[in-house]
Amino acid sequence: MTDLSSALQLAAPELTLAVGGLVLLMLGAFTGEKSTRLISGLSILLLAAASVLAAVGPLGTAFNGAYVADPLAVYGKVAIFLSAAVAIVLGDGWIHRNGIAKFEYPVLIVLASVGMSMMASSGDLISLYIGIEMHSLALYVLAAYHRDNLKASEAGLKYFVLGALSSGLLLYGASLIYGFAGSMRFVDIAAFATANPGPGLIFGLVFLICGLAFKVSAAPFHMWTPDVYEGAPTPVVALFATAPKIAAMVLIIRVLVEGFGVAHGQWAQVIILISLISFAVGSFGGLMQKDIQRLLAYSSIINIGYALLGVAAGTEAGVQATLMFMTLYAIDQFGFFAVLLSLSRNGRPIRKISDLAGLKKDRPLLAVALTILSLSAVGIPPMSGFWGKFFVFGAAADAGYWMAGAAGLVASVVAGFYYLRIIKVMWFDAAETEVVTDKSPLEAKWIALVAAAFCFPLVIVALTWLEPLTRAAASGVGVG
Amino acid sequence: MLQGIAFYLLATVAVVSGLLVVTARNPVHSVLWLILSFFSAAGLFVLLGAEFLAMLLVVVYVGAVAVLFLFVVMMLDVDFVRLREGYARYLPLAGIVAGVLLAEMIMVSITVVQGGAAKAAIGPVVATADATNIEAIGRVLYTDYVYFFQAAGIVLLIAMIGAIVLTLRHRPGVRRQDLAVQANRERAKAVEVKSVSTGQGVTPEELL
Repeated sequence: MTDLSSALQLAAPELTLAVGGLVLLMLGAFTGEKSTRLISGLSILLLAAASVLAAVGPLGTAFNGAYVADPLAVYGKVAIFLSAAVAIVLGDGWIHRNGIAKFEYPVLIVLASVGMSMMASSGDLISLYIGIEMHSLALYVLAAYHRDNLKASEAGLKYFVLGALSSGLLLYGASLIYGFAGSMRFVDIAAFATANPGPGLIFGLVFLICGLAFKVSAAPFHMWTPDVYEGAPTPVVALFATAPKIAAMVLIIRVLVEGFGVAHGQWAQVIILISLISFAVGSFGGLMQKDIQRLLAYSSIINIGYALLGVAAGTEAGVQATLMFMTLYAIDQFGFFAVLLSLSRNGRPIRKISDLAGLKKDRPLLAVALTILSLSAVGIPPMSGFWGKFFVFGAAADAGYWMAGAAGLVASVVAGFYYLRIIKVMWFDAAETEVVTDKSPLEAKWIALVAAAFCFPLVIVALTWLEPLTRAAASGVGVG
Repeated sequence: MLQGIAFYLLATVAVVSGLLVVTARNPVHSVLWLILSFFSAAGLFVLLGAEFLAMLLVVVYVGAVAVLFLFVVMMLDVDFVRLREGYARYLPLAGIVAGVLLAEMIMVSITVVQGGAAKAAIGPVVATADATNIEAIGRVLYTDYVYFFQAAGIVLLIAMIGAIVLTLRHRPGVRRQDLAVQANRERAKAVEVKSVSTGQGVTPEELL
């Protein structure tokens, strides 16, 4: 029993979220839709409590090594829970304004966070798979949440079908790895891979990478991304772009760097290839887009390419760079989606880039925020996007992948075009007709402004504590 | 000897019925062949001494999944002739994929025989003298694997919430039975007593 009680202490964040989610579900079921606001508020408190528990909780492994609480997991969990909380803030206002408020919305995000945190601390192929399925199922439903909207339903269905396919690939890879290594635990797999490296294990690993690459929307497994980003509700996309990507990235680090550290030479080639394809697809695919959310989808593909470059380096510095990049990227993305949520005309959200014309007169503050966010996404120093790329390229170059880093730089120059186009339309194009932008919802506007403020002046201060935090999270993780 | 005969019989039936699932013209027949294939696989599990898995296969796959397929095939209006149009065109590609999968499975089997999974610290659960394999699974399911077991429960819960979120509609104007209102109804709300003078009666207008 002592074994179980210590295990429960280790898994306190997940337990809190799971039990809290069930309680909120019961509360919602008995009080009905009118309690949605209350349940959203309680969900945010729950996520905050879980992140505190994760930050101060004990470290160790539990459940026969299936659950790992190490600094990497702690960092991932805090980032995941805080992103999910911001997504609930953005989403709660949106569902009320659109008259589709349901108490299941925050509950589903809480349960998805349980899955994502399982991913962040999985030490075993089964907990990897269950974590992925748990958060994916909730996200499929959230993508189709606006069910009377044809595009949202399409997005949900597409995500679901392609997600099922990727789960199949992932499971096939996992079963091959189990067949060869004879164990589900990453620790045992690492030991087996050191003792007898063979093509069979790598074969399984490649399938596993394909499944995981789908979850982070890296090319060539990105097909779902533009359609889902375009169709799904904007606050849900804000969630998609942040928390699940961080969770999947931590999971990729865990599987590749911890589980298959010895086979670094083999999987690094695959990851580099995936990053290069992501650079090409993300930068050139985005050039012709007219819809801002589709554009952000391509931007996410290219950014995942950068983050994977840090993983490919495989060193402690590489892991640190990936964590730093994902954190800064998530804040930048929240800014973008919050700006989109706070701009609407005659009750219809602004979706086309050309509709941004005339924004400088209409909403100068938001125009400045969007400019800062775009410049940061381009990677202009000293904004946050620059620092993310700086660390990633540095780590990749140190590990000898400077060619891939150079390709990333070229891609970011190409991608710079579409961010600069947003800025140009906003500041230099006059609106064709007199436009009146609706009053911005308060929470979206504030999140946009805070994210923009973070991207430019605050990031300099933030780096001084983000750098040691990510360094602590990445300590001990790495090969070579 | 008897085991050998049973194995080859069941294996042949499983493979042949698997082929017929793909080639049968009538989709209902496909599902029926699928059920036969599940049954033969269950028989193979019994031969391996895994009677729990065999039962599970029959109960879950034959009892639930195959019947669900049958419902879908028979109740949804899917044009199966059109779905099969590219059959001959995609056959070579499908053949390659199937060949690759087969080669991989053979590779894994060989590795396992040479001592992959069998050699590892946690081998498959073996039936001991004092426990059948159902009991053996029961012993680890709530102890070693309690984490996965509970997490899988949450996954199913999410699926259920999702189905409700996406399909439940509250229609206004639907009359529902409300026991409290019914029980607390007073006479004054339901009946009205009119005094009618003798020999005159009431007209319908007066009643409204």
